[in-house]
Amino acid sequence: MNAAFDGWVKVGKLGDVPRRGARCIKSGDVTIAIFRTADDRVFALEDRCPHKNGPLSQGIVHDGCVTCPLHNWVISLESGEAQGADSGRSATFKVKRTGDDILLDLRDVHRAGRR
Amino acid sequence: MKQKLVIIGNGMAPGRMLEHLFERAPETYDVTIFNAEPRVNYNRLMLSPVLSGEKSYQDIVTHDDDWYAANGVTLHKSARIETIDRTAKTVISATGISADYDKLVIATGSNPFIIPIPGHDLEGVLVYRDLDDVERMLAAADAGGRAVVIGGGLLGLEAAAGLKAQGMEVTVLHLMSTLMERQLDPAAGYLLEKAFEERGIDVVTQANSSEILGRDGQVSRVRLEDGTEIDAAIVVMAIGIRPSAKLAEDSGLEVGRGVVVGDDMRTSDPDIFALGECVEHRGQCYGLVAPLYEMASVLADQLIGGESLYRGSVTATKLKVTGIDLYSAGDFAEGEDREEIVLRDAAAGIYKRLVLRDNRIIGAVLYGETGDGPWFFDLLKKQLDIAEMRETLVFGQAYQGGPPLDPMAAVAALPDDAEICGCNGVCKSKIVKSITDLGLSALDEVRAHTKASASCGTCSGLVEQLLGLTLGDSYTPAAVQPLCACTDLGHDEVRRLIKAKALKSIPAVMQELEWKSSCGCAKCRPALNYYLVSDWPDEYADDYQSRFINERVHANIQKDGTYSVVPRMWGGMTSSRELRAIADVVDKFAIPAVKVTGGQRIDMLGIEKEDLPAVWADLGKAGFVSGHAYAKGVRTVKTCVGTDWCRFGTQDSTGLGIRIEKFVWGSWTPAKLKMAVSGCPRNCSEATCKDIGVICVDSGFEIHFAGAAGLDIKGTEVLGLIKTEDEVLEHIVALVQMYREQGHYLERIYKWAARIGVEEIRQQILEDTDRREAYFDRFVFSQKFAQVDPWSERVSGLDKHEFKPMATLSLEAAE
Repeated sequence: MNAAFDGWVKVGKLGDVPRRGARCIKSGDVTIAIFRTADDRVFALEDRCPHKNGPLSQGIVHDGCVTCPLHNWVISLESGEAQGADSGRSATFKVKRTGDDILLDLRDVHRAGRR
Repeated sequence: MKQKLVIIGNGMAPGRMLEHLFERAPETYDVTIFNAEPRVNYNRLMLSPVLSGEKSYQDIVTHDDDWYAANGVTLHKSARIETIDRTAKTVISATGISADYDKLVIATGSNPFIIPIPGHDLEGVLVYRDLDDVERMLAAADAGGRAVVIGGGLLGLEAAAGLKAQGMEVTVLHLMSTLMERQLDPAAGYLLEKAFEERGIDVVTQANSSEILGRDGQVSRVRLEDGTEIDAAIVVMAIGIRPSAKLAEDSGLEVGRGVVVGDDMRTSDPDIFALGECVEHRGQCYGLVAPLYEMASVLADQLIGGESLYRGSVTATKLKVTGIDLYSAGDFAEGEDREEIVLRDAAAGIYKRLVLRDNRIIGAVLYGETGDGPWFFDLLKKQLDIAEMRETLVFGQAYQGGPPLDPMAAVAALPDDAEICGCNGVCKSKIVKSITDLGLSALDEVRAHTKASASCGTCSGLVEQLLGLTLGDSYTPAAVQPLCACTDLGHDEVRRLIKAKALKSIPAVMQELEWKSSCGCAKCRPALNYYLVSDWPDEYADDYQSRFINERVHANIQKDGTYSVVPRMWGGMTSSRELRAIADVVDKFAIPAVKVTGGQRIDMLGIEKEDLPAVWADLGKAGFVSGHAYAKGVRTVKTCVGTDWCRFGTQDSTGLGIRIEKFVWGSWTPAKLKMAVSGCPRNCSEATCKDIGVICVDSGFEIHFAGAAGLDIKGTEVLGLIKTEDEVLEHIVALVQMYREQGHYLERIYKWAARIGVEEIRQQILEDTDRREAYFDRFVFSQKFAQVDPWSERVSGLDKHEFKPMATLSLEAAE
């Protein structure tokens, strides 16, 4: 591998993810959900609700949150924290946009994989 | 012995006068009212919301028939008085009814002014004065085309906005160079013109109409003095009103512009009084509600021997067009002895202008932000010296001393005698006293006891704040449960406004109904998506991101994130070919569980999301379509074997069930909809606990609805006995459509029925043939767009991305 590798890997284009929706990235046993909000911000969470492991990527995305499709927990896309009366946290990953590309920090993902 | 009081006219002014009279001295008079209109007393200020579709006639009735009965009032509807015989003290109506009086009140109101240009008598030239006019306009709006409104004053603009909301193209013609020039200065008039144009209403100022052209006696165009011609399906004249004083004049009473009265509201005949818009008092005629109500209070007192006097009114105006905030009061012409303070914020669309003389406010125009209107109006009426707060005056009450106050604190800071409700002249202390003395706890109660916010309703917010302030935490404001935390509106209001304002996308709903969040939430988005799909089947583009995952992938999510798939089995019938195809799919995709459902179909559980399209493709090849087992929509029609096999069967229940299912499948409904058809009253398909059920009997078909067998258990209600299968289908489809149009999202049919009333549903579906057919037709229209098999759509590639991961990373590559 190139010595200048900084950990950021392109995982797709912005247009691949629907607005107010999500797509998944598989990395070994870990599934990462890439969310895109109405105003085109992107976030990455592990695709597991802290409540009963519901696939967050399948939920409804609204403002800065996603509502889990299993039992309607509301999870912050920014922090992964459950909102309101619920408590718990989904793992977050560093993700950024460069132009149209979505990049994910692999070192971050790697750490999650080894947990 | 009671005296006889006769009232000519049944508008808002005499209505209010009677309320005062009955409150103070209920036993003094026998009251008889003659009304030229064929109805009870309603709130004329609210005609504009009726025209725009935001309210119904029932919503604006002030006194219903019961009120007249309870107060012993004789009300003659559609009875115009033609003669007052002052010598015999008798009045006679055009319909021949006569009544003697001891005291007579003339409240004939005003007539709309019609410019006598050629063509003014053509069919389709309307005025805007009463409910009949509104109904004529609504009928015209149904036919579509362009409405030309002549007159850019308060009434004309409200009519224009209403007609636009009803889907017509609208042009406003105004003789002067800016709109509402009597209430607004040119700058505010310009902002108003811009706001109307942004709504797609054409505004032509300095437009002098010279002729109305017609075809076959019907309006077709309006010609202006400069030769311009504008197409017109209807013309609404809203130039102004003139007091209706002819009857008084014919009776020999003193009449100027209106019926002349003194401060005691007496005409030139001491036994005859007048009030309302027909009156001329100290040379002034009034067309706004606040002065009329002041007159009403004085007159009631005079009638029971009191000494109250009316001394004229200063008036303030609000434009009642949803989304445009405009307030003006007093006198704002320029003059040598006058100064003005102006605040402009073009970006925010705010304009405020105060006209001062000797450090006292004499006029105020507010546009875009009118919350301080009543406060300025209060300073104006009391002629308070504002020298000390002059520098911050225009920023409003909240900025007077110290940091800005929150709205509650601003209300708390109002003096006790500050006027809260301008229409009804109710001050803060009266509202607070009523709340504490009478133990009031809701807006409606305050309205009922004080009249505050009961007329135009714009001060409702202030009244609610007073409730909150007085009752503290024990006050729970919203009687209507809001749809979710993103809005204060309930489901009904949202559904009504979607139709009334023709909102056809989720962003449009959120913008127009002032959603509090930027992009809704998981509660309101699916609800709005359903309402829009249901109300605009041909125009609305379904928003998949606002559907629950089950509806997005046409399968039911399970606890481990896999899905279950249920193909449709019409009426629960299947065949060896279908069963073989299902067996093959189960083997091919190693589906871990197969189960027979309660709705007579087969459920395959534990399918990975990625496999869904391939599963559907295989099922589709065998002729299956989606069973919508995941949908807030039509699920199953369960049947028994009926006359085909059963020795007790009275009708072909299987065939009927299949026929119904094939007709309604694919339709979205507020919540899931499960049906059943039983071939005899033994009821093997359990039709009497379904959302809709049919029990076949020898003489026909008994239609049932509103059963429940889930969280609640409830037997069905009977809609009625129907003779033929065709009629059964029509009734069931109409019922489904009524529920689709009225139900709240996630509200099962039994809850909807409890809310609306079973009798009302029976009336609309069983008895009102026209209505039933209209429901049926709307359902059929909607099915053109809804009855598409989502599985085959998906197999053919729609939104394929949904099912595949975007990328698979190899961790080793990074190391």
